[in-house]
Amino acid sequence: MRDLRVVRGRAVVLERLSLTVARGVVTGLLGPSGSGKSTLMRSIVGVQRVAGGTVDVLGEPAGAPSLRRRIGYVTQAPSIYADLTVRENLRYFARLLNASLEQVDEAIETVGLGRHAGHVVGRLSGGEQARASLATALLGSPELLVLDEPTVGLDPLLRRDLWDTFQRLAAAGKSLLVSSHVMDEAERCDRLLLLRGGRLLAWGTPAELRERTHAQALDDVFLRLIEAQ
Amino acid sequence: MSARATWATAVRVLAQLRRDPRTILLIVGVPCLLETLLKEIYSGRPAVFQHVGGPLLGLFPFVSMFVVTSVTMLRERVSGTLERLMSMPIGKLDLLTGYASAFAVMAVAQATLVSLLAFGLLDLHVAGPRWGVVTLAVGNALLGMGLGLLVSAFARSEFQAVQFMPAVVLPQFLLSGILVARHDMARWLQIVSDVLPLTYAYDALAGIVRGGPYGGRFVLDVGITAGAVLVALALAAVTLRRRTG
Repeated sequence: MRDLRVVRGRAVVLERLSLTVARGVVTGLLGPSGSGKSTLMRSIVGVQRVAGGTVDVLGEPAGAPSLRRRIGYVTQAPSIYADLTVRENLRYFARLLNASLEQVDEAIETVGLGRHAGHVVGRLSGGEQARASLATALLGSPELLVLDEPTVGLDPLLRRDLWDTFQRLAAAGKSLLVSSHVMDEAERCDRLLLLRGGRLLAWGTPAELRERTHAQALDDVFLRLIEAQ
Repeated sequence: MSARATWATAVRVLAQLRRDPRTILLIVGVPCLLETLLKEIYSGRPAVFQHVGGPLLGLFPFVSMFVVTSVTMLRERVSGTLERLMSMPIGKLDLLTGYASAFAVMAVAQATLVSLLAFGLLDLHVAGPRWGVVTLAVGNALLGMGLGLLVSAFARSEFQAVQFMPAVVLPQFLLSGILVARHDMARWLQIVSDVLPLTYAYDALAGIVRGGPYGGRFVLDVGITAGAVLVALALAAVTLRRRTG
């Protein structure tokens, strides 16, 4: 990504952002709300209108039709049909992606929704809806998963399980870009991108960032980086 | 174009409708109620019912599908499912034809049931073929759907989407010639009605009620109605954007 610039209305959301996301690892995109995380993710998926700069994803320009099979994307809002069951939702998206019905069951199991597969999404809790949305992104074995705050409002146990899943997927060769505003989740990432006010504050592995700032807790790392600015 | 994506979308939309039996009941029940009321309020002047009953039967699906589609599509935009779809390998036309197929099924059900009531119990007579009325009703449903898809792009809330119904549908209805013959209207109203698609849809229906002639004028009416469906769908496709601000 080079010199990415996104303007919404009169506000500049992202200003000349250049960065690289490594393949085959979990990259955490951290920053306070309003820092431009979602916009950055939308630019990578190719659904954001950009004002300037270039974004290349998996060797192709972002938004290229051939990428639509290779990227799994989860927005912050659970973008699934509230009036269908979890399984009906997944079957629909699986048909569009030409994914098998076994993959539907696998994805439901991965996010721990087996018991709720036959339930109408609108009657599930917020966390369950978020997981159903995440399951949809796993269909069709995408090479890159772009997940916008997938663990918000989840039970700590479930959050841990999901992060285990993310790391398992990365170990299997997938690339993941996961946004979060919870610093303890940063610990579970291989690489970190710290975003603030539409600019990239710092990037590196958690260990590198600790070393650079002489701080232990990642919360302090973030604070020192802001102070050093 | 992918038949698989179109089929999957049609099945999905019908599954959503099935979860909402009250809407189905309203789609089918309200036209039946209105057709019955029409018969009763004109019990003293049965000729009026015979004159407007047939065209109305063909126009109900236009109104129902307009409302249902604009709200359904608005929900897709607001809930983020449209954004997800636009990041997936599905063509805009596949999505729209999927919608069209599902709503056409609903329109056939609606038009058939209302026809059974009107022709069977309410003694409605049309000089032309009854299947012609049902076929035009389905065509009008698609026209309503196309316009509904289109206006959903301009509505920010379901409240606005519903308000588009009187704004888009009622003027067309008033000017179509169903209440006052078009040649009795002021010249400027005639000109306005010339560019409104419902005018031609009504004209075709009135042709069947009269029992012909099915000459150039009738063919033109049907052709323009069908053309308007395609134009509305094409414009609706333009409002579906892969990238948004």
